[in-house]
Amino acid sequence: MQPSVSIKQLSLNFGHVNVLHSLDLDVSPGEFLVLLGPSGCGKSTLLNCIAGLLDVSEGQIHISGRNVTWEEPKDRGIGMVFQSYALYPQMTVEGNLSFGLKVAGIKKDEIADRVSRAAAILQIENLLKRKPVELSGGQRQRVAIGRALVRDVDVFLFDEPLSNLDAKLRSDLRVEIKRLHHKLKNTMIYVTHDQIEAMTLADRIAIMKGGIIQQLDTPHEIYNKPVNLFVAGFIGSPTMNFLKGTVTGGGVNIGSLTIPLESYAFQQDRPAEGTKVVVGIRPEHVAIREAAGAAPVQCDVEVEVVEPMGAETHVWTRLDGQNFTLMCDADHQFAIGEIARVGFDLSKGSVFDEETGSRL
Amino acid sequence: MTTMDVSANALPRAAEEPHGPKPRRVSPARIGVYAFLVVSALFFLVPLYVMVVTSLKTMPEIRLGHLFGLPQSWTVQPWIDAWLNACTGRDCNGLYPGFWNSVKITVPSVIVSIIIASINGYALSFWRYKFANLFFGLLVFGAFVPYQVVIYPLIMALRQMHLFATMPGIIIVHTIFGMPILTILFRNYYAAMPAELFKAARVDGAGFWQIFFRIMVPMSVPITIVAVILQVTGIWNDFLFGVVFAGRANWPMTVQLNNIVNTTTGTRAYNVDMAATILTAAVPLAVYFISGRWFVRGIAAGAVKG
Repeated sequence: MQPSVSIKQLSLNFGHVNVLHSLDLDVSPGEFLVLLGPSGCGKSTLLNCIAGLLDVSEGQIHISGRNVTWEEPKDRGIGMVFQSYALYPQMTVEGNLSFGLKVAGIKKDEIADRVSRAAAILQIENLLKRKPVELSGGQRQRVAIGRALVRDVDVFLFDEPLSNLDAKLRSDLRVEIKRLHHKLKNTMIYVTHDQIEAMTLADRIAIMKGGIIQQLDTPHEIYNKPVNLFVAGFIGSPTMNFLKGTVTGGGVNIGSLTIPLESYAFQQDRPAEGTKVVVGIRPEHVAIREAAGAAPVQCDVEVEVVEPMGAETHVWTRLDGQNFTLMCDADHQFAIGEIARVGFDLSKGSVFDEETGSRL
Repeated sequence: MTTMDVSANALPRAAEEPHGPKPRRVSPARIGVYAFLVVSALFFLVPLYVMVVTSLKTMPEIRLGHLFGLPQSWTVQPWIDAWLNACTGRDCNGLYPGFWNSVKITVPSVIVSIIIASINGYALSFWRYKFANLFFGLLVFGAFVPYQVVIYPLIMALRQMHLFATMPGIIIVHTIFGMPILTILFRNYYAAMPAELFKAARVDGAGFWQIFFRIMVPMSVPITIVAVILQVTGIWNDFLFGVVFAGRANWPMTVQLNNIVNTTTGTRAYNVDMAATILTAAVPLAVYFISGRWFVRGIAAGAVKG
């Protein structure tokens, strides 16, 4: 199947600063792709290149099979939603929705048609006569989405659309965007630095750092099989535990404890004896107290900080002088300084090469 | 009247314990500050007071020398003379023709310079074309060039174009000299606008002029008011360009005022001079009073951001 958006060998330089390095990316029709990364990783820049708001230094951009590298934004068949909503303040909601259509010279009844259809989908019919200042943040973002909707395009671009909203609204609108995607089945490319948005919305996530896509995969794969230390540390909250050690005999020696490697599925061959590695364990894969008894690896940790989250409790401990976090049922009670028995299974963990950072 | 039992809700507290709003005490420092402000205000108001009372006195009364006294016999004749009969050189038509000259110079200069400067500022902040920074640098530099330096070359240039000593000539001169500061003003205003607004308009398919007229201009009302104030006061108060470039027939009010006040024949009519001066200053004063709030905002916008 022909990709909906295809980026080929794309590079972008601002003067001497190289923001994107010959980047390749194919997005299938109807796919929800999330570009995720810390600020400055080039994810918004990439989106602006796709939109045609930035001129690329090298490479090509194809949308719906057409090379649009030199096309104006309006001719690319895209709609875009911005973080600051970017509604035209002096126009009513209706004016905002119809502005692009008027500029394009579309007939009046067709405009009215499309505006009312978009308003119905987003449930903003009662707001059409209002100005943006009279709207709440959530309503404004809905209008901004509507502005992309009326354009009748194949590809939607979202540039951190929920970052200006408060936590409650953010999760509400997140669900609405997902619902919208199910209904419209358009290709959507969504930039965010929020890993929860990425995990919940995406069909595939592209994790970026330094202008390079580190890993492009389903949220499940990215969460459970991160390709390197950066991806492993970026996804998941609390962060994955990293235990530094050396491959010795059949396991990884991290000091007083040796973690056996039998249950771990290596990508390639087993690392050589003496290789410095980092073992990654997600906090929720750590069992505590009685439950720890069944785990293949067991040890004692000292409780330092306890964070009751309501649904679960995060416990920050130290294991052999290294930080070690675990997540457990909220029913557990802890005293600070208490020694607790924990256990885990490396089959759900990750092993990385300390030098290169990549998954072994 | 409510019959709420206050004592039931009252906090138990000792009289000296702090509670409720912090009491404001009048400190000696505060009295000093107010005294200074009042004295300063008086200091600047006294000349205006003297001007007003003098303009309402007759000449014999002025010769008595009671500078601060109120007029014994009030008269508005000096105001009428200043407006209609005072002599500027050979002509004795008062300030009235000068007033209209000033209006004819100011209105088109203000409109043209603001239109050009807003387009400049818009292009400079949103369309990063080649050499935009160089162009902006030159404009900023232009704001610091003393006027006197360029007067002679400008006379030569305008004469070549047959515009020297004409109404279009003086309007062009005012437009040129307003350009640096106005462009900086508009550029900074547009630079503070969210760039995403501009991007959204581009995705919507609007071009250079559509974005300018349909998005930017409607959002530019505050800065345009500021620019109007700056330009109206600046151009109205101008003397140098008026006397050099406008030509005798188009001399603005300031030049005519100077001619009235500096008349060397006969006795000095102080009351007429005062009335003429107040009349000339009336337009910028009115602008200040009506729009002082905007003016301060504009100065702040120009000074802080940039």
